[in-house]
Amino acid sequence: MGDEYLAVAMLWLFVFIYSVAASIDFGTGFWSMFYAKRRHTKATKIANRFLSPSWKITNVFIVLLVVALITFFPGATFTLGAVLLIPGSIVLLLLAIRSAFMVYSYAASKHRVQLSYVSGITGILIPGFLISVLPITQGGFIAVNASGEQLLLGKLLSSFSFYAFAGFGIASTLFLSSLLLADYSRAADDDDAYNTYRFDAIITGPISLLMAFLVLLTMDFEANWLLENLLFYRSWLLLSVCFFLIGYGSLFIKRNAKIGMPRLAVIAIVFQYLFASYAYGNAHLPYIVYPNVTIESGFTHPAMFKALFITYIVGFSILLPGFIYFWRLFMTDKRYVKQED
Amino acid sequence: MDEVLISRSLFGTTMGFHIIFATLGVGLPLMILTAEIIYQRTNDHDYAIMAKRWTKTFAILLGVAIPSGTIAGVQLSLLWPGFMEIVGKVIALPFQIEIFAFFLEALFMSIYVYAADRLSPWMRIISLFFVALGAVASAILITNIHAWEGTPTGFRLVNGEVVDVDPWAAFFNPSFFVTAGHVTVSAYMTGAFVVASVAAYKMLKEKKDTKVYIFHRKALMLGLIIGGIFSVLTAVNGHESAQYLHEYQPEKLAAAEGLFETQSYAPLAIGGFTDRESREVKYGIEIPWALSFLAGDRFDEVVVGLNDFPEEYWPPLFVHTLFNAMVGIGFSLLFLSIIGFYWRHIRKKQFPKWLMWAFVSAGPLSMLGIEFGWIFACTGRQPWTIYRIQLTKDAATGADAIGVIFFLFIGLYILLAIATVLVLHFYFKRHPLEKEKIGTIQ
Ligand code: HDD
Ligand code: HEM
Ligand code: HEM
Repeated sequence: MGDEYLAVAMLWLFVFIYSVAASIDFGTGFWSMFYAKRRHTKATKIANRFLSPSWKITNVFIVLLVVALITFFPGATFTLGAVLLIPGSIVLLLLAIRSAFMVYSYAASKHRVQLSYVSGITGILIPGFLISVLPITQGGFIAVNASGEQLLLGKLLSSFSFYAFAGFGIASTLFLSSLLLADYSRAADDDDAYNTYRFDAIITGPISLLMAFLVLLTMDFEANWLLENLLFYRSWLLLSVCFFLIGYGSLFIKRNAKIGMPRLAVIAIVFQYLFASYAYGNAHLPYIVYPNVTIESGFTHPAMFKALFITYIVGFSILLPGFIYFWRLFMTDKRYVKQED
Repeated sequence: MDEVLISRSLFGTTMGFHIIFATLGVGLPLMILTAEIIYQRTNDHDYAIMAKRWTKTFAILLGVAIPSGTIAGVQLSLLWPGFMEIVGKVIALPFQIEIFAFFLEALFMSIYVYAADRLSPWMRIISLFFVALGAVASAILITNIHAWEGTPTGFRLVNGEVVDVDPWAAFFNPSFFVTAGHVTVSAYMTGAFVVASVAAYKMLKEKKDTKVYIFHRKALMLGLIIGGIFSVLTAVNGHESAQYLHEYQPEKLAAAEGLFETQSYAPLAIGGFTDRESREVKYGIEIPWALSFLAGDRFDEVVVGLNDFPEEYWPPLFVHTLFNAMVGIGFSLLFLSIIGFYWRHIRKKQFPKWLMWAFVSAGPLSMLGIEFGWIFACTGRQPWTIYRIQLTKDAATGADAIGVIFFLFIGLYILLAIATVLVLHFYFKRHPLEKEKIGTIQ
């Protein structure tokens, strides 16, 4: 296997990590807003306690994605730059408003609720637009004129697949984040918040699964090449559905007089996404943008790849203790998770 | 307007906006770290409160620095795909290592802010140190790419194909250290003067010798001392940057100085406007021989003039004004810190009002210096994106509809600028200094 497969595998791994982290990040922001006015639950407090230290790190991952894409596959920049100019700019605008207003809402206690509406709503739209990158790279929405490739925006906006993907992005964001918050509230021994988030997960889970099937359906008539490839990996998809059932089911298991096993649910659902995105990623190969750019045609200079690969390994090894320290301080230290205020 | 011009305007605006928050993101951690160390050594609680309040400011500013930087990074790929294609093959390392600097800063910033009550004094200083390190490393690494645009090395271009790539030779391109040094020291200088500005302003509004007044005077002195030290370093290193231009980008230096004739014993033109028609600087002051000496440390150094280059490769001539303004600001602030030091420690007197207002202006002025310096450095490179390798128009995207996007982003920056000022204002109004336990040690 060539270096470009190693590169695309790393890129895939980053995309996967980001999509889990970002789902949790944007979803948590949404729930924090959703429960901001209900005084009787501590759901907002739990969401904020999780969100405040973690959003910056999630944001670095989006930069990491862009950097990994252009440094591993610089040959794809002309096409991607042109076709993603509009969706990319929309995401950037939303992201800037969302991050800034979230920080403002922590600082301005008087207007906290209003400010968190801005950040919650802009935040939940981001996954919807972000995932629209996928239908674009699947082909069919790009035309070529004298000055290069152009995105057929009207065609995209009137296509079924754009909405199926966007719906899937938003639903799965809400599902995954409510699961994680349920688990976090369980760790904080906050039954009230736990029940709230468990309920949200029970609602959003089936919706996200339904949306995933809709996405497959739209591929049938809008990106048939991909569906054919995907069927080749159908056992992975089946495995993914099985893990959904395990995760969803574990919300109903009774143990020690408490209903649901949120930790198991989070892990199972992460595996559900892992298998599904493994299948999707493999089926997408060798195309980065169908049919214009492949991983071979876009690949960087081999000397550069070697240097990049080594610095990734060295960099992450050096930073690992920092990540572990962070995790212990905010995810497992009971003094933080359970604090009263 | 054509699409390339809009792309240039959009990217320039984004950078001009990001740089305000980014520079403070580099400069403030140094001030916080210094205050925290002074507190640990002297036990003067005022410094702990300074560190706390500056950290709050810093956390709010980061809420804009991070998304605007994310915009900058993504726009670089969206607007300049031709540039990024070569970057991806040749100078990808700093971009990638910068990610680790961002992680470092984000991790320890969260630890310092949200776990402060659970950290030992030592861990607080270590966390802050990593925040400061992460911030300055991101600045240095992104500047590395900018330096490489001026002195591109580590590859050859054969029929438009990139060959013979040596990533580390590109990384250690000739102007890397000088440029990174200049950006670093000027950011520290700016962070310190901004602190001094705010402190001076608060002192003007306060009765003399109250606890609040004394608190602000401590902050002012800290700002002036650190600002003074770094303004000397900025000037020394700026001089070296200019010598690098003389060696590596002579037409940029010529445009900066408004020099048309190639000559030894070249004069230095200060002020005035460069006139394209008559090929001279109008209404400026000329200091004979000075430019030769500044460029090459000797009066008979030959300095290349613009006439030696085809006019289509001239940088825009107004960079002369930007350059003068930056250098002027540098020297004014240097003198200002010397005067402040002299007044307080040698004459041992209270600062008079006019001097206090001069201190108030120091922060905005140094921020202007940063803006002028960057616009000079990037616009002075025109028409090249990568010096003598790639023209800006060949780097630009072919996509249309950038005009609408340009206005959306301008609207965003205005919104964020106003909101940030309001949030800072209301935050400190609700948390006045009087409510803190200040003045335990005088
Ligand atoms: C507070 C800000 C500030 C101040 C007071 C100065 N500079 Fe500066 N200068 C910058 C902030 C800056 C900057 C914004 O950081 C730049 C833009 C690009 C760069 O590398 O640094 C810069 C660029 C820059 C360049 C261009 C480098 C290039 O294009 O590659 C030169 C030649 C100088 N400076 C020289 C000076 C001199 C001789 C100064 C005399 C005091 C001076 N600067 C003060
Ligand atoms: C020399 C000028 C610059 C300085 C001093 C500077 C400094 C900074 C600082 C201090 C931050 C906050 C870091 C953090 O907390 O994560 C930041 C963020 C960022 N900057 Fe800049 N920057 C500069 C120019 C640029 C340019 C030209 C780009 C794009 C190519 C850029 C891209 C970014 C990105 C992507 C972020 C967000 C990182 C994150 O998500 O945490 N910066 N910058
Ligand atoms: C941080 C402060 C910066 C400011 C205020 C700034 C400003 C500008 C401006 C005004 C332009 C448009 C130039 C023109 O067309 O006349 C520009 C272009 C550009 N700058 Fe910078 N810049 C900054 C930093 C950087 C850095 C650190 C890099 C390197 C990564 C960079 C890379 C570029 C590129 C690639 C272009 C577009 C192509 C070109 O016009 O040459 N800039 N910048």
